[in-house]
Amino acid sequence: MKAAVIRFPGSNCDQDCHYALQHVFGVSTDYVWHKESSLKGYDLVVLPGGFSYGDYLRCGAIARFSPIMKAVTDYANHGGLLIGICNGFQVLTESRLLPGALVRNRSLHFICEHRFLRVGATDNPFLNAAQPGQVLNIPIAHGEGNYTADEATLAELTANRQILLRYSDEKGVVSDATNPNGSLQNIAGICNAARNVFGLMPHPERACEARLGSTDGNLVFQSILNHLGVRAVA
Amino acid sequence: MKARVTVMPKKSVLDPQGVAVRNAIATHGFPQVQSVRIGKVMEIEIEGAGADAEARLHDICTDLLSNPVIEDYVLEIEA
Repeated sequence: MKAAVIRFPGSNCDQDCHYALQHVFGVSTDYVWHKESSLKGYDLVVLPGGFSYGDYLRCGAIARFSPIMKAVTDYANHGGLLIGICNGFQVLTESRLLPGALVRNRSLHFICEHRFLRVGATDNPFLNAAQPGQVLNIPIAHGEGNYTADEATLAELTANRQILLRYSDEKGVVSDATNPNGSLQNIAGICNAARNVFGLMPHPERACEARLGSTDGNLVFQSILNHLGVRAVA
Repeated sequence: MKARVTVMPKKSVLDPQGVAVRNAIATHGFPQVQSVRIGKVMEIEIEGAGADAEARLHDICTDLLSNPVIEDYVLEIEA
């Protein structure tokens, strides 16, 4: 198995993603600069967090036009596993690889803290190692994580079981009080209808070792390995 | 040729910046101000573009300068 972590100017969670994949799971992982144009030979592509292009215009809007994004789009349209974390999620919605958009947190604050997430559907490559309703402890770190979509899109996401993570309390109760940023229906992560593209605001790569305070992020990486039939070798 | 693009959050999308500014205006002694919406204005200069410049600008407005999921834009062309 080979993984690629895309680097845009302003990406800053690229090394964390590389660490989690390469060192925690033993997956051969390359950095791929945004000016590259091929993703041949990769089984997983990660769009990491950060502030690509300084978040100019809108978060993720300019990264969408990086040369590598044509390869990312082709890769995803051919069924390749693609995960966008935080700014990567914003790039995915701007690229229309995922529906909806991420706007300013309703509090206007940048929020950097551990949050509890309730797992929705697990019949997908990204959460098959978790149980439906399981509660994960994974940090968030964003100023624009407020997920929004029109009613038709939301109905489709719900009907197709594409809402994979919701902000909850530690018991898994989802309410406005557990919503850090104003996201519609407490949405923290969604996948596409084909279930090969996953975008989430929380950072699983920051919850991959006990010394970081949680290992719950590993469920995401473990699920991907399960899906690909790969055994971790680290 | 000059163009001016105004991008505004859609009415259906909460604009927390606008709400914060409205509240600041109220604190400033003008509580009659009911709402503030914050968008952006882009001034664009173009040289040597053909007759299809306006159509191309509209494409750029929907592809890049605004996100149609959350924003509306108005394109104004000055000679």
